[in-house]
Amino acid sequence: MRDVVKDGKAMEAQKAMETLSRVLRILLPVVLALVVGGLILLAFGKDPLTYYGYVLRRGLLSDTGLQASITRMAPLLLIAAGLIVAFRSGLWNLGVDGQFLLAAVFVAALAPILARHLPSTLVFLICFLIAIVVSASWSFIPAYLKARHGINEIISSLMMSFLGVSLANVLIKIPFNDPATTVPQTETLDVADRLARLGDTTVHWGIILAVVAVIAVHYVMEHTALGLRLQLVGSNPRTAKHAGLDLRLLTIIAFAASAGLAGLGGAVDVLGVQGTIRADWNPAYGIMVIPLVFLARYNGYAVIGFVFFFAVLMIGGESAARRLAVPHYFVLVLVALLMLFLAVTEFLEQNLRQRKAG
Amino acid sequence: MDASTAGPNGIAISLSDVTKRFPGVLANDRVSLTFRHGEIHALLGENGAGKSTLISIIAGMQQPDEGTIAVGGATVRLSSPRDALKLGIGTVYQHVLLIPSLTILENLMLGSPWWRRCDPESVLPRFRELSKLLSVQLDPDALVGRLSLGEQQQVEIMRALWHGERALILDEPTSMLTPDGVKELSAVVRRLRDHGVAVIFITHKLREAYELADHISVLRLGHVVGELPKERLGKMTEKQVIDEVITMMFGRNDLSKGAEAALVGTALDHDGLKPVDRSGSPALALHDVSTTGQFGECALNHVSFDVWPGEIFGVAGVDGNGQKHLAEVLSGQRPVSGGTVMLNQKDVTRMGVPARRAHGVRYITDERLDEGTAGTHSVSVNLVLKETGKPPFWRNGITRWGVIHGHARTQIEAYDVRTPSEHTPIAKLSGGNIQKVLLARELSPDAKLVIFNKPTYGLDIQSTKLARDRIRRGAGADNAVVIVISTELDELMETCHRIAVMDRGELRGIVDNRKGAETEIGLLMTGARVPAHA
Amino acid sequence: MEGLLTEVFLGSLLFGAVTAGVPLLLSGLGEQISEKAGVLNIGIEGMMLMGAYAGFAGAYYTDSFTLGFLIGGLAGVMAAAVMVVLCVLLSMNQIVVGIAITLGGEGLTALLHHFQFSRSYPRLGRPETLPVPWLSDLPIVGSAFFDRNPLVYAAVLLTVALVWVFKRTHVGLNLQAAGDKPAALDAAGVSVTLTRSLAVLSTGLLSGLGGAYLSTIGGGLFLPFMTGGAGFIAIVLAMLARGKPMWVLFGAFMFGGSLSMTTAMQVAGVNIPTDVIQMLPFAMVILVLIIFARNSYLPPALGNPYHRGAR
Repeated sequence: MRDVVKDGKAMEAQKAMETLSRVLRILLPVVLALVVGGLILLAFGKDPLTYYGYVLRRGLLSDTGLQASITRMAPLLLIAAGLIVAFRSGLWNLGVDGQFLLAAVFVAALAPILARHLPSTLVFLICFLIAIVVSASWSFIPAYLKARHGINEIISSLMMSFLGVSLANVLIKIPFNDPATTVPQTETLDVADRLARLGDTTVHWGIILAVVAVIAVHYVMEHTALGLRLQLVGSNPRTAKHAGLDLRLLTIIAFAASAGLAGLGGAVDVLGVQGTIRADWNPAYGIMVIPLVFLARYNGYAVIGFVFFFAVLMIGGESAARRLAVPHYFVLVLVALLMLFLAVTEFLEQNLRQRKAG
Repeated sequence: MDASTAGPNGIAISLSDVTKRFPGVLANDRVSLTFRHGEIHALLGENGAGKSTLISIIAGMQQPDEGTIAVGGATVRLSSPRDALKLGIGTVYQHVLLIPSLTILENLMLGSPWWRRCDPESVLPRFRELSKLLSVQLDPDALVGRLSLGEQQQVEIMRALWHGERALILDEPTSMLTPDGVKELSAVVRRLRDHGVAVIFITHKLREAYELADHISVLRLGHVVGELPKERLGKMTEKQVIDEVITMMFGRNDLSKGAEAALVGTALDHDGLKPVDRSGSPALALHDVSTTGQFGECALNHVSFDVWPGEIFGVAGVDGNGQKHLAEVLSGQRPVSGGTVMLNQKDVTRMGVPARRAHGVRYITDERLDEGTAGTHSVSVNLVLKETGKPPFWRNGITRWGVIHGHARTQIEAYDVRTPSEHTPIAKLSGGNIQKVLLARELSPDAKLVIFNKPTYGLDIQSTKLARDRIRRGAGADNAVVIVISTELDELMETCHRIAVMDRGELRGIVDNRKGAETEIGLLMTGARVPAHA
Repeated sequence: MEGLLTEVFLGSLLFGAVTAGVPLLLSGLGEQISEKAGVLNIGIEGMMLMGAYAGFAGAYYTDSFTLGFLIGGLAGVMAAAVMVVLCVLLSMNQIVVGIAITLGGEGLTALLHHFQFSRSYPRLGRPETLPVPWLSDLPIVGSAFFDRNPLVYAAVLLTVALVWVFKRTHVGLNLQAAGDKPAALDAAGVSVTLTRSLAVLSTGLLSGLGGAYLSTIGGGLFLPFMTGGAGFIAIVLAMLARGKPMWVLFGAFMFGGSLSMTTAMQVAGVNIPTDVIQMLPFAMVILVLIIFARNSYLPPALGNPYHRGAR
């Protein structure tokens, strides 16, 4: 096998081909999803070009739109960071929505109280900590069931998510309810006490935290012993056991880290944008970020790009819902299509590669 | 039976110019072979010679790229296992392909048209007929998961013959049988031959082929390199057959003795081993060790033995009799439910893998790819898998890739691992090279206890010889205890000072390796009890 | 709290348990078939929603519940066909495709609803029932169990039929083999691909029917996301039932009961926030998982695509 040495030119050509195929396998699902999504719009009597054009203008090309999109990236990126940890550790943490919302509700309830007594830096720190603790502990049951009894974490984490969403509502309506309002909601955090803006934009510094978190997660997974251990548990649990790793502990750590990051996303969204949470508010970001993380193949840098794309789609889509009467459910359809075409592209690519090798 | 109607000249199946390509490999290259009714036809060849591909083509699992297959004189297309079964061609694969959660009859009924009534009564006659033909006695309502491997194999033979008795393909059928089981199987196979079945027998053991076969074909690198038809085979002595086949397999006659031993199954003299000094206290002492196993696993039941420094201790037995648990208990991968493990007078019973590794315990597992290595990770990473987080490869938990890759390059050189680079995912390497990576990771002069589990399973002859030599030399450590777990008796006879026999989780006895030890071991394997020599 | 044990309360609780339990039963049985054959179908929520929407629209436009059911079942089959192509034929990741089907089902049905019914919110009339003579006159249980739509009886009969199919037919053997050791089934000359495809399609049919029941008989109207996680509860039911249809039946009515608590409580005049009640079934699932953790069973080959020759 050692004699497989290629001359420089062939190598270069191969490298170029590989870059091309990498770009293609990312772009192809996106383009296909947009096209099929457009056909669906057409079927409902909406002009897809008008829709996409409007989304683009409102989410990317206008100043306020762009800033809104970047602001929206903060919670999405933190959730994505959490999903990268989980997926690379071979864990299907599908409970991020519950983890996100519960953390957000606790932060929303406590931040206004803390802000009355403490300097804002300390408030933020405590809130971040609370968010991490709340969401990580919400992940403990699925993690434990998986680690101890091998119970499929997809189901248990989803159940915990549903439970968490309902619990969040109960908390908002009863103990955390702000009596001063008619609609059940938590006490509102003063705008002055929220995360500071960057320059004279509407973007708060949570986005910096989020970007740092994604890159840090990427670094930990690729360049530390912990990252290698988690990867081993994910890719090859029997080998991990053979190498003497504590599978149970690592499973619980990975789950807690994943949930903690999602919870941090909830904290950032509350402290930076929402300021309060109304009953029945559940953005369900998590389930939509999952395909993006797949699309990026768990790569932290690629995730940033995809989350940006998706944030533009969301912000633009929300405007379009009001203006063009295309409900934002359409974004769900786009995400589903994206996932399906991602799977198809991956399959085609594997087939092509095999044929080439044969 | 309609399916067993003979073709012209008693030919059951004939292959002409069958070629099969896989990405990068020519698995079968213009193979032409004829299988006759009433004949046991042995296919011999090393791993990778193309035997498995050839049988999966005859079994309908794979389709040839070129060439034709004729069954009973007529050219056929075998595009699925169903086609082959319908023609009365049945296959018994190397790994058991029965559903453990179903009964024998249910397993046998598998594959009937779905609209047919699923009535165990209606298939009983055929079951009885085949039981009589094979001369075996099985309870048709027993769950397959509860049968011994030998019995499961009998069920597999029945299933292979279920739709007709034209041809029976047996892929390495003796690899997991006791010596007695092998005898029984031979009797069954002969009976089937006399009944007119064309038996195709795949093996890598020459002696087995000699004893059983009427016709021997040798494959090498996808080609048929030679045949010994019935007429010639009958006139040759065992020595002549062996010489001739080895010449066919390797193209030359000056093959080293080790490889021949591996092929033929005669042990090298074990006298070359360094003598063991048993005057001191034992280095490894197991006392009354038991484990608990999950469904389908064989746990240990009160196992005790002592091994002295520098001793090579073999563990024989049919696969699945507790060997895996023994290896895992020794390596620290599995907790015991009772008993103690002492290593150099230190109680290590409660220590996990990292602590034992620090005490010099090394374990080369039999499942190289599923357990020993992480397939998608690079050779480099696999070489430091058990050192994760430790210097010099990690500093404060941060990976030093430069050091890891440098270490890998040194080890690849030292152990002659054939790999495109240290970055190559290890799953892309051949079995022999993966084994070398494992050895490079586990072996070191300061090892105190080295456990080999089936060290040569699935390796080619050269790698087998290398691995056995290494074990004979004490696994490269000074006075370490070496435990060799193997299902191949000749391997143990060649490498070990003493050999213990495991059966259903218990240690049946320990035999000094000397002339005639095989008989004693064979006796122990069938369940007889001999007081253990200490 | 003395109102809790009245006839009215018990009657409405049992009635509600059946109403909420039938969709769970149908899709739980469907999931059981898939899981037996080695396909983990996470897309069941999406299939139910497709069935719910199509069933409602079908019943609304054709003015026939029977046709509504048929169309709903068909929609489920179509959603399942996507899974068959991608997961069984092309061996893609079952979880990714499953999530995609759930998201797509949610989005598409919500979109369809928005464009068709969001202004009028039409309701269907009360469906016909088929009272069982004598039994339907019994107090409490009579109206809950024996004066129901034929589909309710059919779902229960299907459970019994599946017991027989799993145990006594070649189809049952093949399904079990496909989930336990697909290579063995292949070697026996049965196509693993076909077996699994049919299993997934049946799952689609049953969850489509379950969804259709939910929208036509259960509520009489379609709402976006109206399944509210029922598909996932069905997966848990199948997981805990260890391949036994009767346990799905039992579990479905247990969960149905906890889902219908809200209404029954309101009938009894007890005021508990609906969110607390909504937590009940999910809390129950978690509790059951914790208690019976050791006993849940999934076939060894579940979730693994089958390739001939790859062992």
